[in-house]
Amino acid sequence: MHRSSEVKHLASDFNTRACECFGQPPVQPFESHCPVLTDRTVRVQLKVLKVKDGSVFFIRVKPDRTGVVTDGVKHSMNPFCEIAVEEAVKLKEKKLVKEVVAVSCGPQQVQETIRTALAMGADRGIHVEVSGKDYETLGPLQVSKIFAALAKKEQADLIILGKQAIDDDCNQTGQMTAALLDWPQGTFASEVTLEADKLKVVREIDGGLETIKINLPAVVTADLRLNTPRYATLPNIMKAKKKKITNVKPADLGVDVSSRLEVLKVDEPPQRQSGVKVETVHDLVEKLKEAGRI
Amino acid sequence: MHALCIHSWFIQLAELPELHQMMRQTCRDYAQKELAPIAAQLDKDHRFPAKQVQELGAMGVMAVEVPESLGGAGMDYLAYCLAVEELSRGCASTGVIVSVNNSLYLGPILKFGTEEQKKQWITPFTTGEKVGCFALSEPGNGSDAGAASTLAQREGDEWVLNGTKAWITNCWDASATVVFATTDKSLKHKGISAFLVPMPHPGLSLGKKEDKLGIRASSTANIILEDCRIPLGNMLGERGMGFKIAMQTLDSGRLGIAAQALGIAQAALDCAADYAHKRTAFGAPIGKLQAIQFKLADMALATESARLLTWRAAMLRDAKKPFTKEAAMAKLAASEAATFVSHQAIQVLGGMGYVTDMPAERHYRDARITEIYEGTSEIQRLVIANNILKEYQQ
Repeated sequence: MHRSSEVKHLASDFNTRACECFGQPPVQPFESHCPVLTDRTVRVQLKVLKVKDGSVFFIRVKPDRTGVVTDGVKHSMNPFCEIAVEEAVKLKEKKLVKEVVAVSCGPQQVQETIRTALAMGADRGIHVEVSGKDYETLGPLQVSKIFAALAKKEQADLIILGKQAIDDDCNQTGQMTAALLDWPQGTFASEVTLEADKLKVVREIDGGLETIKINLPAVVTADLRLNTPRYATLPNIMKAKKKKITNVKPADLGVDVSSRLEVLKVDEPPQRQSGVKVETVHDLVEKLKEAGRI
Repeated sequence: MHALCIHSWFIQLAELPELHQMMRQTCRDYAQKELAPIAAQLDKDHRFPAKQVQELGAMGVMAVEVPESLGGAGMDYLAYCLAVEELSRGCASTGVIVSVNNSLYLGPILKFGTEEQKKQWITPFTTGEKVGCFALSEPGNGSDAGAASTLAQREGDEWVLNGTKAWITNCWDASATVVFATTDKSLKHKGISAFLVPMPHPGLSLGKKEDKLGIRASSTANIILEDCRIPLGNMLGERGMGFKIAMQTLDSGRLGIAAQALGIAQAALDCAADYAHKRTAFGAPIGKLQAIQFKLADMALATESARLLTWRAAMLRDAKKPFTKEAAMAKLAASEAATFVSHQAIQVLGGMGYVTDMPAERHYRDARITEIYEGTSEIQRLVIANNILKEYQQ
């Protein structure tokens, strides 16, 4: 989804690298991070985001132009977060990780998303309650602050998040979380291997694949080819019901969720103009030259 | 206490419990992603979806009601009906494969089998690696199940089976079957017993695969028994109990078929409603025309009514209350809804409904069998009438 918008920076106290990323206003995804379990083995913190379902076609801009209509729109777990959950559960199945904790920030509805993560194999969930206006303005900065606070509280060794949310495409939370914790990061991971207390991460970059080795504790963001998420099995769905979800408020973690950004306006993309049909390749070249394209 | 029960039933009818909703969503996701895209090709090739059956086994869907100790999912019958409906919405053949394994094969063994039999005949059939089938009908009798002519004679420490069974779903892909045979024809239905036979097995052979109108990805054929010898321990339940086992099994099985019919109806409705949005005629999408709107309303009404009947019968069964009449009503309503809805769906699609480019024609072909197997609509009416007359008996 592309929306044109103007973003005005209000006070900001984070590094310029993060500022530069703002091209679009963050539309409210339900983000959750799953904390990772650590002890001498790795504690995986997963971020589980609830976003507008990728198959929803009719997204409309709100009349007041501050965002898109979310009421009544089907939401589901962010696909990259599904991949993150799957990776964490796989690590646990290999006995490299002791506990997988799924975290989501948002209103009551995100509990459903946390339960889905539990049904996939996460051990417990944390629901960080953010609702109303706070939720509408919740963005990567606040979420990464929440995650950093939770990671310290839960003593997580590994935070795995989806690389970006498919509704706002920010691609910032993982990086910001690592910066706030001063932890190494392996982003756009297409392969993750735990070697003693180091993490080998293969990253998908524009030039190809880059392999890095980072120390734990670390932050990893999951890319598309990291794995294929499993379907929850019926017995696991039943077990998920008994697994615990604790509620916390951002204030409990000492995090201020007020936004440093103000969305000025959200517009729909311009109506697609009809094209021009030409008879021959020669005509096509002429037309393109006329339009100054070549 | 009583008021509380009714209240919680109504809530359940209005909105499913969270567990069931999650389960339904999982099955729906699987059906949308893994079954719907291949259903047309499976139908064309008459191909058993072995890979998908294994995946469903891993999810626990091939043995929903079987307790976890035996390898199943340990869920209730309502959950099972939801699963079959969602899977059938993607592919009706896969729906019946799942239903036959759960209700007709695992069902009677779970209810009437000894602990030994359960370990041997249930656990390997929960994973999707193996499926089972149910051999009751014969070339000479379908509805007239009491007139079974397949013979079982005791010879020393073996039973010897002779006869032919017809219309057996799954048989070409099955690794075991529950066979009904009579030890004494003069006792009529009281002479029938149930037997467990592994497949393949000496003395058991399969007839040619039937070339069916619909549900073509599931195999249907005769099972021919010629001096088929099985150990005495392979009798299921007591001698002479066979008819009772069959009838009770079918009572539950028909809810599975009701669920399958609901899935087909829903898929046909999805197809028609989507088309009504997109197809324009007389200057607007045809969904604006009252003729189409009335059809869609009737289709949705028929499906939703049958769904509520199905859920209610499943809930009665889960509450261990009598559910025979309600199950017959559910199967009758759902199967007639499936044929009605798929018929109307073709009408909404017009010419496009008649060609294989759209799934409407496959739904029409798949729906038809639901009024026939596991108790024809006529038999369902007899079951309902008998129950009503009993209620009103002086």
